[in-house]
Amino acid sequence: MTLDVLAFWVFAIMLVGSGLAVVISKNLFHSVLWLALALVSTAGIFLTLDAEFIAAVQVLLYAGGVITVVVFAIVVTERLVGERLSHTSRQLSAGLLVTGGLLVLLVRAIARAHVSLPKPELSGDLTRQIGTSLLTQFALPFELLAVLLVVGLLGASYFARPED
Amino acid sequence: MGLQAYLMLSAVVFCLGLFGTITRRNTVGILLGIELMLNAVNINLVAFSRFRGVDVGMVFTLFAICITVAEIALGLAIVILLFRTRRTATADHIDWLKG
Repeated sequence: MTLDVLAFWVFAIMLVGSGLAVVISKNLFHSVLWLALALVSTAGIFLTLDAEFIAAVQVLLYAGGVITVVVFAIVVTERLVGERLSHTSRQLSAGLLVTGGLLVLLVRAIARAHVSLPKPELSGDLTRQIGTSLLTQFALPFELLAVLLVVGLLGASYFARPED
Repeated sequence: MGLQAYLMLSAVVFCLGLFGTITRRNTVGILLGIELMLNAVNINLVAFSRFRGVDVGMVFTLFAICITVAEIALGLAIVILLFRTRRTATADHIDWLKG
């Protein structure tokens, strides 16, 4: 077993395990912490695909930014200790039915599809290629993304403004 | 690892996120499920990009990650606003549109 395969399985098991813990954990705060582990494991999966830059962005933006924001939201809307933080689930059987059905469908489709491409050799520095694409071919979407982030930030601070 | 292994992993994570989104009562819990689903999609994009040998999929993943961050910030702002006006973070109690 090569290091590549071993890394994939370790990160895959971490990702699926922590993902399961996110959706079945009884404590909301624990759910968020499990989500952090899931996002970091995803960064590991990206590393096995030679996408170092995406992995770094994943850790910085997702595991760093999103988790912090979610924790703040929990602090505002729930008490960190006591009864309120426990969050229950409902309609478990319906959820299992829908999700299980979709999973069976997806797995059958993937197993039947002929997608066993060989992994091509890397042609040069992937991060450099991404940077070049971002500032040439995708320059306009890149700038629009900046506008979107500003609008999102303004909208969020408008929603969460103190009452007057 | 082959492309199919990544697609299978992504399918499993997507279904976990969908399960959380369907079954959670707390609005923050629902948002966490959506995060898992978006994460699964990103794995697909990066895997296809790597196996096809083009970097477009990775650029798209960057966009997806940034838009997700904007989405979660707005979603949580709405949750905080709802909590302020209704004193609840449970999705079942947000039923103003009920006829």
